[in-house]
Amino acid sequence: MDPDKAPMPPGLDRKDLDRRRRARNWALLAVLLSLAALFYAITLVKLTKSG
Amino acid sequence: MTLSDNSQALEQTSMPAAAALTDAAELADWFALLKPRVLTLVVFTGLIGLLVAPGHLNPVIAFTAVLCITVGAGACGAINMWYDRDIDALMRRTRKRPIPAGRIAPGEALGFGVTLAVASVIMMGLTVNVAAASVLALSIGFYVFVYTMWLKRRTPQNIVIGGAAGAFPAVVGWAAVTGSVDVVPLILFAIVFFWTPPHFWSLALWANDDYRRANVPMLPVVAGAKETRRQIVLYSLLLVPLSLVPWAIGFSGIIYALAAAILGAGFLGCVWRVARDQQDASGVSLTNDAPARAAFRYSIIYLFVLFAALAVDRLAG
Repeated sequence: MDPDKAPMPPGLDRKDLDRRRRARNWALLAVLLSLAALFYAITLVKLTKSG
Repeated sequence: MTLSDNSQALEQTSMPAAAALTDAAELADWFALLKPRVLTLVVFTGLIGLLVAPGHLNPVIAFTAVLCITVGAGACGAINMWYDRDIDALMRRTRKRPIPAGRIAPGEALGFGVTLAVASVIMMGLTVNVAAASVLALSIGFYVFVYTMWLKRRTPQNIVIGGAAGAFPAVVGWAAVTGSVDVVPLILFAIVFFWTPPHFWSLALWANDDYRRANVPMLPVVAGAKETRRQIVLYSLLLVPLSLVPWAIGFSGIIYALAAAILGAGFLGCVWRVARDQQDASGVSLTNDAPARAAFRYSIIYLFVLFAALAVDRLAG
């Protein structure tokens, strides 16, 4: 379903909804980048141990 | 539209409409699903288990272990909020939570919680060790199935058994370092286990009306305030000597022993005031449960300082 055609939550305008979506997307990006960095660090630790 | 109306509307709407409502959720709503206030205690006890365990853990792996404990506990919070959304809508303390307030659809919250739970256990198993992952999985399963779904609404001893779920993080932290579980983490487990009833029943004494409205059989609702005060004292009398066991078996030194004795004396003083609170014939407090509120606040400080003293003692020794 096209998200732009979905029913608007009560008490919210388009601008507010977009702002909330944007905030969530940035947070998700931050989580993904942090996980990538963490997995990289874990890999280095494991390789150093086994090496 | 009232808050519970919002929640009911979410239950009855079609999937796209529910998704659209959830689409409006703030980041803070998703964060609130994790029960951040409970998480601070979980992270802290997990970290203490990790610090006092014999052996060494690479800081990156240690950070990952604490992260997995945190995410696993947060997942429990989200699944608990999904399951308890009906009673949350009835209680003043919980009705502004994201699901009863209609800001997040129940199914979305469940999906969020299950995803985090599975991810935390897999990540713990792959990066730390299988023992820690197993205890973490056990603690999540215990909290969700045994406490939330089975016992919470059925027995006034709900919080006693539920206390076991909150007592697991220290064991997970220990297992992350040693790869096994022996007697010391079980003592830490027991300390949190016996600390939980006086802590929660102190809260339940003054949040009594909320639990009654939601038909949750908390001890003050089922057995009355007098019996609750008696049980608070009983559990505290078991807790204080138990807190000295790490010193008695030679695991910790005098720093911890002194801290445990002083904190324990303070704890007993608090619960004694709860027991002696001015009350009417049915046991209802005439002081707006001031001693119970004080005991609740003290119990939080008690556990934090007690476990911090154990870590300081171990690291100093």
